[in-house]
Amino acid sequence: MSAVIENHHNEHDHHGPAKGLKRWFYTTNHKDIGTLYLWFSFAMFLIGGAMAMIIRAELFQPGMQIVEPEFYNQMITLHGLIMIFGGVMPAFVGLANWLVPMMIGAPDMALPRMNNLSFWILPFAFFVLLSSLFMEGGAPNFGWTFYAPLSTTYAPPSTTFFIFSVHIMGASSIMGSINVIVTIMNMRAPGMGLMKMPLFVWSWLITAYLLIAVMPVLAGAVTMMLMDIHFGTSFFNAAGGGDPVLFQHIFWFFGHPEVYIMILPAFGIVSHIIETFSRKQLFGYSSMVWAMLSIAILSFVVWAHHMFTVGMPLAAELFFMWSTMLIAVPTGVKVFNWIATMFKGSITFETPMLFACAFVVLFTLGGFSGLMLAITPADFQYHDTYFVVAHFHYVLVPGAIFSIMAAVYYWIPKWTGNMYDERLGRLHFWLSFIGVNVTFFPQHFIGLAGMPRRVPDYALQFADWNMVSTAGAFLFGFSQVFFLFIVIKTVMGGKQATDQVWEGARGLEWTVDSPAPYHTFSIPPKVS
Amino acid sequence: MGSRKKTILKLSGAVAAMYLFSFLLVPLYDVFCDITGLNGKVTQTTNAESSISIEGREIGLQFISHNNAGMPWTFKPSKEVTKIKTGTMYEATFYAKNTTNEMMVGRAVNSVAPTNAKDYIKKIECFCFAEGIELMPGEEILLPIKMVVDNELPSNIKNIVLSYTIFDSNLEKKIIMDHDGDHAGS
Repeated sequence: MSAVIENHHNEHDHHGPAKGLKRWFYTTNHKDIGTLYLWFSFAMFLIGGAMAMIIRAELFQPGMQIVEPEFYNQMITLHGLIMIFGGVMPAFVGLANWLVPMMIGAPDMALPRMNNLSFWILPFAFFVLLSSLFMEGGAPNFGWTFYAPLSTTYAPPSTTFFIFSVHIMGASSIMGSINVIVTIMNMRAPGMGLMKMPLFVWSWLITAYLLIAVMPVLAGAVTMMLMDIHFGTSFFNAAGGGDPVLFQHIFWFFGHPEVYIMILPAFGIVSHIIETFSRKQLFGYSSMVWAMLSIAILSFVVWAHHMFTVGMPLAAELFFMWSTMLIAVPTGVKVFNWIATMFKGSITFETPMLFACAFVVLFTLGGFSGLMLAITPADFQYHDTYFVVAHFHYVLVPGAIFSIMAAVYYWIPKWTGNMYDERLGRLHFWLSFIGVNVTFFPQHFIGLAGMPRRVPDYALQFADWNMVSTAGAFLFGFSQVFFLFIVIKTVMGGKQATDQVWEGARGLEWTVDSPAPYHTFSIPPKVS
Repeated sequence: MGSRKKTILKLSGAVAAMYLFSFLLVPLYDVFCDITGLNGKVTQTTNAESSISIEGREIGLQFISHNNAGMPWTFKPSKEVTKIKTGTMYEATFYAKNTTNEMMVGRAVNSVAPTNAKDYIKKIECFCFAEGIELMPGEEILLPIKMVVDNELPSNIKNIVLSYTIFDSNLEKKIIMDHDGDHAGS
């Protein structure tokens, strides 16, 4: 894709950002809001990470050492909720805010004021959620999946606040995705047809549709919980004619597309980075688009593979097993295309590329353990063990989170105008890479050996691997504080980045100045 | 600008539709389970007489009972294991006693194993169809079941298990009251 850009520097036409704190509260600029989202998600990542450290510290040795079991359950619940809704999702929305307008040659997002609103309600949602820690009865303690009746009949009183905060998060995501879709559908530069869009834009278009389809279902599920708790209905209460299994169906009807919401944008990011550092055009662009579309569509018909052991008839177990395995096909196409892009490329391994390569290898590994879990008869052994914990952390940490880190290293020169310190970046990569594998790989073993998940104490035979896992977790945790240092150092200063930044980078965002001016593409570029 | 508004409206419509759909899942789930027999619940039939015909083969019938967590009643089948003939009317009873000092409302939920036997069990009467079984303190009751197993029952099914779980209909209220009690105490 080549682009002819006329660089307009008419500062007298454009006002810059407002001064002081007001800039951040009132801003409708997509770059400012992107920055807010990214910093917010970093803060949540560190808070959720601190909770993970508490969990791992408690599991360092068998027996109860540090926290009470009740508090442990609250940590498990909040860690999951905060990492998903506060860490990964806002980070991707932040990247979409920064990059989608620049990639399609639009001056801003389509609905800038709604954009401001959808960010600024998020801190309140998490304030409400975190404040439940200090309420009587403690924070929600039923796991991030909040299965009824644990989350209704037997839930702590703070559950109502949890429901409220999930509603706010959902509203924020829905507004964000409407904004992304309207921007992409209506504001592309002339000449940029759908099949010419950068893959990150494609991945976000599909993600936004998934969000619009399932976030309202999540809102419905928590509304039913609210009514069961306070208004005497019996959606999930068998004594009143309801069914707790219904909760699991509704939850996973939301939950499975949700896990693809957390990985599709990563596919987009990694495609750009591998293409750049292989100095080749991406292999199989259109098959990448079709693969993402098929993954998105299939995500709606596989939900019950999370509940094989709930007592489904054979026909349903077979259907959900096969439909789940079918997803390996488009995913395999994507992995093949990434490798084919690297094949015979002149590859260099700067930090973003290191993270992207680790993504391909480790995400595939997580995908394989997913395939193992999809085998219904085997799942009865793996269900609710640490094997599941290892599986979804492999696809979410070296999957989603590595892709976010890769994206930060890749685009931060464009955002700040400064190059990050390559030496420190590589050090951060290797610490994270070793940390993540030492943490989560042994969990496969203890899971297969039968250690259940969500327990504060465990049988003695699991002690050694748990100790290894905890050591890895602290290595990984502290390397993210190091990441914070690298990001701050880059924002404060560093080697001036060129406009092109990376030799092999393609796309409209590299045609603007570094750092990207406050307003870009006020006049749409021409794409040929 | 016009097309932008149209996109926004369409997407907002989709959000509203999906929210409604999540509530629609509740009746859909019941209908789906009813058609496919997935959750193994037997519903009341009116045409059970048509299944009463010539005496068929002998099958094993087992009744099992469960008390849901926190349900203090005594609840058990009068006869646990029996042999019946398909195509003939069978009557059974469950014994229930409210062992507490207050009036309570219970509700029984039924389930069948194997699930594909579900379509061949015609229940004319069952206490599990009632929305609530009211018992005074210490009151005992014999709860009736009247059923026919159709002659068409697949020949590989030799035994049928009918399971009944009794729930305390007021459990929710009680837990909330317990919470309030805790507050008053502390």
